[in-house]
Amino acid sequence: MKVIRISKTEWQGGLDKARTGYGLYGPVKEGQDDHAFRPLAPGEFPDMSYKNSKMSPKELVHPQSEPMFQYNLNPADPDHDIMREIAKDATAKAVIGIRPCDADAFLLVKRNFDTPIYRDPYWVTAFESFTKIGFACNQACSATAFCTSAGSGPFHDAGLDVLLVDTGESYLAKVVTDKGQHFLDVCGFSAPAADAASQIESLQKKAESTIASSVNTDKLKDQVTTELYDAPFWEEISFACINCGTCTFSCPTCWCFDIQDETKGKQGVRMRNWDSCMYPLFTLHGSGHNPRGTKVHRVRQRFMHKLKYYVDKYQDGIQCVGCGRCIRLCPVNIDIRKVCNMMNGYTACSCAVS
Amino acid sequence: MSAKIDAIRQIARRLLSEGKVDMVIGFQKGTLPMMNEPCFVRKAEEADRLVWDSHCGINLANYVTDRKERIAVVAKGCDSRNLVNHVIENKIKREKLHIIGVCCDGMLDKRLIAQRSQTEAQAEVDAVEEKDGVVSVKAGALLWQAPRAELLQDNCKRCRHRNPVLYDELVGEPVAEKPEDDYEDVKRIEAMSPDEKWAHFEDMLSTCIRCYACRNACPLCYCPTCFVDESRPQWVGKSQDPIDIRTFHFLRAYHCAGRCTDCGSCERACPMGIPVRQFTRKLNKDCEELYGWQAGLSLDQRPALDTYNPNDPNDFIR
Ligand code: SF4
Ligand code: SF4
Ligand code: SF4
Ligand code: SF4
Ligand code: SF4
Repeated sequence: MKVIRISKTEWQGGLDKARTGYGLYGPVKEGQDDHAFRPLAPGEFPDMSYKNSKMSPKELVHPQSEPMFQYNLNPADPDHDIMREIAKDATAKAVIGIRPCDADAFLLVKRNFDTPIYRDPYWVTAFESFTKIGFACNQACSATAFCTSAGSGPFHDAGLDVLLVDTGESYLAKVVTDKGQHFLDVCGFSAPAADAASQIESLQKKAESTIASSVNTDKLKDQVTTELYDAPFWEEISFACINCGTCTFSCPTCWCFDIQDETKGKQGVRMRNWDSCMYPLFTLHGSGHNPRGTKVHRVRQRFMHKLKYYVDKYQDGIQCVGCGRCIRLCPVNIDIRKVCNMMNGYTACSCAVS
Repeated sequence: MSAKIDAIRQIARRLLSEGKVDMVIGFQKGTLPMMNEPCFVRKAEEADRLVWDSHCGINLANYVTDRKERIAVVAKGCDSRNLVNHVIENKIKREKLHIIGVCCDGMLDKRLIAQRSQTEAQAEVDAVEEKDGVVSVKAGALLWQAPRAELLQDNCKRCRHRNPVLYDELVGEPVAEKPEDDYEDVKRIEAMSPDEKWAHFEDMLSTCIRCYACRNACPLCYCPTCFVDESRPQWVGKSQDPIDIRTFHFLRAYHCAGRCTDCGSCERACPMGIPVRQFTRKLNKDCEELYGWQAGLSLDQRPALDTYNPNDPNDFIR
């Protein structure tokens, strides 16, 4: 493990050097109580005091609205009636200060967008253009964080190129990939940190001990899908839900989208927008039939997808990194931890007539 | 507070065991501080799940829309007014409803309390307690206190109908009502120039993620297909285009004209903390000034925008 020490006095100078080779992104304050991941203007730096953002940085790679093609309907134009692909920005970018759970979330999503059979060019181009400079959490971001039991954790480095650890007067930069090493080189950060390993380890232990909340996932794989699907608790779980989709929009691992054409005058674009299993148009068939026509169907879909179908399909944990955003932002307090434990612990009634 | 909980549970137990209703809709304790979850109870022995405190801000009238069961519903002043709306607009039959009215002291503003905890204690809220009109908030290592009246949701500070207007049984002692609304917040915006207004609303909506929680939390928004979801024809684009976002907000507000009870559910539900009541409050003020109308006060009156009146102050209608 290679670790570089970055004193906080050289931090901003180094980032300024990075601007020559990278477009920089990072958390900036937005509104009264929020941070959002945005491009950093010259002279602007990531706000490293942030705990977590309401909306996850997934929008950097998978924007809420993303134009894919453009066309025009003007017969006089040589491009008339031709769909032109809108070039995706593939220039090198670096996002600084991304939290470990959010970086891990990209890997969970990658399984769906970058497969041997199908590669989503928009997602993959954007994903690969980013160097991810992570920021370990010295402390749980919130009482609702359950990252350590969801396959991630405050010092987890999967999906990152560098993991920064804040020691007070300096950052310890753990180099995870060559891409990360390159970024540090461009910044001019090169001071090796002796005995950093033990320091990181003790900070990690301390951080993990502050994660107060957890989920049980050990039995999900062995649950019978159809039995969980028919479990009696869905009506109760879904009752309060208002199908707003906030849980899915704020979730770093929710990936559903819908494709739309929008025309203004003679100009048009074909774009994709985030969609959500919570919405009435989601899975609405051309015939008018909707296999997920009611709230119970939709809520069940969200939890079954994250906690059962995904588990079965990829055989490597749940489609959730434990950031807790959906719990904090849900207007009616539907709590995935509670649902996960109910699903995990469910035993179908054995008294049914066989 | 706990006296109200006992009364609600007792009523629920009685109604269910006597078979008077099929379900009771109320609140159960949430998993986070300052959050209760709307829930239903179908069996008398489960009535003890029901709770009542200052964190029951979501409007339960939203949960009775088009339901077929015989329902008992716990209702604050504002919920009861939305139940009146629902009956008038044929979304539920009065005979199907048993309204457990609760005299309301106002709901605490969870966002305000969370923000103050961040400022004063750099920590999130661990617990909230109330005694003698003082709220004590435990946040990390600190305890901070403030008068309850300061920490109410904005709509509850302004509320004029805290006592249910329609009910079958009443929980708690009726509370004193505030005589009138000064609409000071609306007037502040009315006084702006068109450019300032535009900038104000543009800024206000800049963080909207178009989740429609404001719409979905509102008992007035029950159209089988909302105009923003209509796809043949598609009235509104679905991207993050600011024009489409504004179109949604302005049109939704107009759909609520003469029907909004200022219950604050929309604002409470918004994940981004956008003060969406600024739109509906303006229309409430107009309805009151033009038609002397406040929504949901009586079953015997048609809503302001649903009647023809020769004394209408507008010339064009005569
Ligand atoms: S945020 Fe809550 S209310 Fe909204 S769709 Fe998700 S679970 Fe339902
Ligand atoms: S959920 Fe865990 S990894 Fe993610 S920000 Fe919170 S503490 Fe850090
Ligand atoms: S608006 Fe009025 S009745 Fe409704 S919660 Fe607030 S104070 Fe109570
Ligand atoms: S618009 Fe908002 S304040 Fe008015 S009734 Fe609907 S939820 Fe309540
Ligand atoms: S709830 Fe808030 S973020 Fe969602 S659509 Fe309404 S105003 Fe926008």
